[in-house]
Amino acid sequence: MKTSGTRMIRALAVAALMVCTVMSGQGWAAKGPYKIGGIFSITGSSSFLGDPEKKSMEMAVEKINAAGGIDGHMLEPVIYDDEGDPTKAVLAANKLTSKDEVIAIVGPSLTPTTLAIIPVVEKTGVPLISCAAGIKITEPVKPLVYKTAQNDVLAVAAIYRHIKAANIKKIGIITVENAFGESGKEQLAAQAPKFGLQILQAETFGAKDTDMTAQLAKIRAAQPEALVCWGTNPGPAVVAKNVVQMNMKIPLYQSHGVASPKFIELAESAAEGILLPTGKILVADQLPETDPQKTVLKGYITEFEKRYSMPVSGFGGYAYDGINLLAAALKGTEGDKKKIAENIGKIKGFVGVTGSFTFSPEDHNGLGPDAFVMVVIKDGKWQLLK
Amino acid sequence: MRYLILIAAVLAAGIGLSSPYQLQLLTFVGINTLLAVGLNMLMGYAGQISLGHAAFYGLGAYTTGVLTVHYQWSPWSALAAAIVLTVICAFLIALPLLSLSGFYLGMGTLGFGMIGFVVFRQWSSLTGGDSGLVGIPALEIGPLSFSSPRSYFFLVWAFAVLSIFLCERLIDSRIGRALRAIHDSERAASSMGIDTGRLKVHIFVLSALLAAVGGFLYAHLVSFISPSSFDFLVSVRMVTMVVIGGMASIWGALLGATLMTILPETLTVFHEYEMIVYGLIMIVIMILLPQGLFRGVLDIYEHARKKPGRTSAGSRG
Amino acid sequence: MQELLQYLFSGITNGAVYAVIALGFSMLYSSTGLINFAHGEFVMVGALSLISLWKGLKIPLPAAFAVSVAVTAAAGLLLERLALRNVRKPHPIVLVIITVGASILIRGIAMLVWGKDSHSSPSYSSHPPIDIAGATLLPQSLWIIALTLLLVLGLHVFYKRFLTGRAMLATAINKKAAAVVGIRTDTMVLLAFAMSAGMGGIGGALIAPLSMSSFDMGMILGLKGFCAAMIGGLSSSWGAVFGGLLLGILEAMGVGFLSSGLKDASAFVLLLLILYFRPTGLFGKAVVQRF
Repeated sequence: MKTSGTRMIRALAVAALMVCTVMSGQGWAAKGPYKIGGIFSITGSSSFLGDPEKKSMEMAVEKINAAGGIDGHMLEPVIYDDEGDPTKAVLAANKLTSKDEVIAIVGPSLTPTTLAIIPVVEKTGVPLISCAAGIKITEPVKPLVYKTAQNDVLAVAAIYRHIKAANIKKIGIITVENAFGESGKEQLAAQAPKFGLQILQAETFGAKDTDMTAQLAKIRAAQPEALVCWGTNPGPAVVAKNVVQMNMKIPLYQSHGVASPKFIELAESAAEGILLPTGKILVADQLPETDPQKTVLKGYITEFEKRYSMPVSGFGGYAYDGINLLAAALKGTEGDKKKIAENIGKIKGFVGVTGSFTFSPEDHNGLGPDAFVMVVIKDGKWQLLK
Repeated sequence: MRYLILIAAVLAAGIGLSSPYQLQLLTFVGINTLLAVGLNMLMGYAGQISLGHAAFYGLGAYTTGVLTVHYQWSPWSALAAAIVLTVICAFLIALPLLSLSGFYLGMGTLGFGMIGFVVFRQWSSLTGGDSGLVGIPALEIGPLSFSSPRSYFFLVWAFAVLSIFLCERLIDSRIGRALRAIHDSERAASSMGIDTGRLKVHIFVLSALLAAVGGFLYAHLVSFISPSSFDFLVSVRMVTMVVIGGMASIWGALLGATLMTILPETLTVFHEYEMIVYGLIMIVIMILLPQGLFRGVLDIYEHARKKPGRTSAGSRG
Repeated sequence: MQELLQYLFSGITNGAVYAVIALGFSMLYSSTGLINFAHGEFVMVGALSLISLWKGLKIPLPAAFAVSVAVTAAAGLLLERLALRNVRKPHPIVLVIITVGASILIRGIAMLVWGKDSHSSPSYSSHPPIDIAGATLLPQSLWIIALTLLLVLGLHVFYKRFLTGRAMLATAINKKAAAVVGIRTDTMVLLAFAMSAGMGGIGGALIAPLSMSSFDMGMILGLKGFCAAMIGGLSSSWGAVFGGLLLGILEAMGVGFLSSGLKDASAFVLLLLILYFRPTGLFGKAVVQRF
């Protein structure tokens, strides 16, 4: 027994030594990969967001790796599907932080799922770059949490600026019954007085409803001068069709939730004349050559459409920007999560697909009003409004 | 005997596992066990069906969420409030509904479940609406804080094992025998002097209570709740757990909860095919083992033990 | 006044959708005593198939319609033959859970075949919206109502005049007795499923032009259709149609006079009221079904 005892001790000593070496840092092996986590709503009712986001993330990572990685480290994406369910998002976040040991996470696609995983990233110290629109994600500011999608605040402001310029004072609003619609409704109500607008009637509709004429009739009775619809496909397309069906001649504004070619496909002729704020990606060729985003946009659009044979929307761009921002922040950190989070906060003037990012301790979204442009749909195409 | 195995398994997992992911997954299993055990009492033993039980789950979660976040109550007082509120609601719902039978009861519970869901969404000043409720605090008892995955795992499983124990005691008691009588034939049971109406109501309330406790534990685990976690599909999933595990079997409920919680996570490897595989598994299990996994596996085991070629005397039908 | 009329039209539009779905539920229940949780998915398959065939492959409407219905009926057939018939102990709840699994399976397949996005379909007739006193109604809604009523009539004729129909009813009333007199009960059940699924497919094909179709459209539609069937009485086809229209109109009135957020609740409140006062539904026969 004594010999096996000494053998045991020796084995343990070797094991302990190995463990210490591994734990002492990534130095002992040739540059290990940086594991980047991704959580997106790839299936489920918000898959129109998660699917292009996942594809864009993979595309961005491949591009970075083809150029040699970051400081010699290759990026390794680990992507999970939360199906739009906050519980699954929490499980995925735990998997990423404990099992896969990622150094940062891009996503999730939705506000509720993002809010659900914030406690997890804060507990494990992993920086998060969310692709969701909700303002509650970055306000109040949390040191580890950033986001690339434009805030609803900016979108509403863009719409209201346009409405005010048209000398309209009374509007009606119709919003979808989910987190995106709710947040939009809040913002629309909050900012109306600032632009001298009065909301005469506010109605809602279910995400999968087939007919909104009852709600529109109620709005019409209040006689507003314009209508703002806030939602994501397919509801707003039904609203657009219903508005035409009911012969409502007032201008119809939509949100950036429908800023994708799918909306025009669904609404068909009813899309004509609709006004909405979008990221510059939808009108990239109409931008002046001097626009700082033009080159980045054209590059992304060409690559994405060539690789995936599907048209781009603004949504994939959130993840694309997320990875590229992360890549910029990773330089020189050797995978130190705290440093990565700090570095993201120091990024200024980063030209991405969604806009130009300038972060600060008070602003973890980093976008300004120039992240949105107003467009009108003419002849089934987006037309940039000056 | 079974308890020893269960408690040993819980201790082994809780002490042996270190990955927060695995611990949290098993914690969800524990919460779902609470839900399934309660619903099993209602479906398997009392022979009733509830297609809206997610509303009680949500009621527990939202009561504690609202009270702790908006009114700064201590979570344990919120638990008491959640239990009281759920018992009252369950009574009010059960009394008129349980005079109906079969489908109609299922529909009634479905209706109430959906109304609960609408309330969670629409009462946004209190519940945060679709955007959800953030900032639900972690649980603590005095100096003991339950915020680590391991401690929460043990807390949830303490509740789960306790509920299994209580329900088994109930089934072995006079009440349990009366329940089984009702299940076999309500009319016969009633003619024997069993107050079937009252008993059914009581079991309904018990199952609602267990679901609410599950909701309480869920809320403090994830610290963020939103209505989508308590919709109709969740009610359906609860019923599925009970049926697949085996009705009229507390341990079947445990099995069903475990399978239905862990299975989706293991199926993520199939990516886009996950739903197809999941649906197929459900169908195949129900075809091959309609009496549920627990009884089904036991039957297979007993069948295999008997000598081949001999029909087993006294095998259950 | 104009608003009230518009609410009514909106209600009729949605109601027609619910009615045609409810018909499928009630038809299956009257023939087999079963509730098919996957019925909403059959509606979805019908809708998306029509869009792929008519809009995508440019097959003429009648042919596209027929093929879509055939595809859905085939799906129902497969479900019964492969899954439901092979259960060793057909306790109703087990069969229901199988249909739950089937609905997930069909949704998963649909997600792969048609993708995750929504699709739209042109209307059957390019007639402009019908305008009555300022309130508008899409002609497609009338198509739905007309065809649904035709289906109900067809079912009546089938059950009364055709031997197969009467055999199906006999199987529903008492399976063993029907088998004793020589009716092939297995075939009857199979046929009932195929017919019910086919009806779901018809419903879907009719609904597609009205709104947007996607792989997950079946869930809420199935739920509402089921409620409509319960409200009207599960054993009555007229009840299904009436229940659907009533549900749609009441929802629209709820939007108009209460609030749009509560409209979903109104469906279920109505359901509960019916359950308390007339559990068998407005038109149902007083059949007590033991669960």
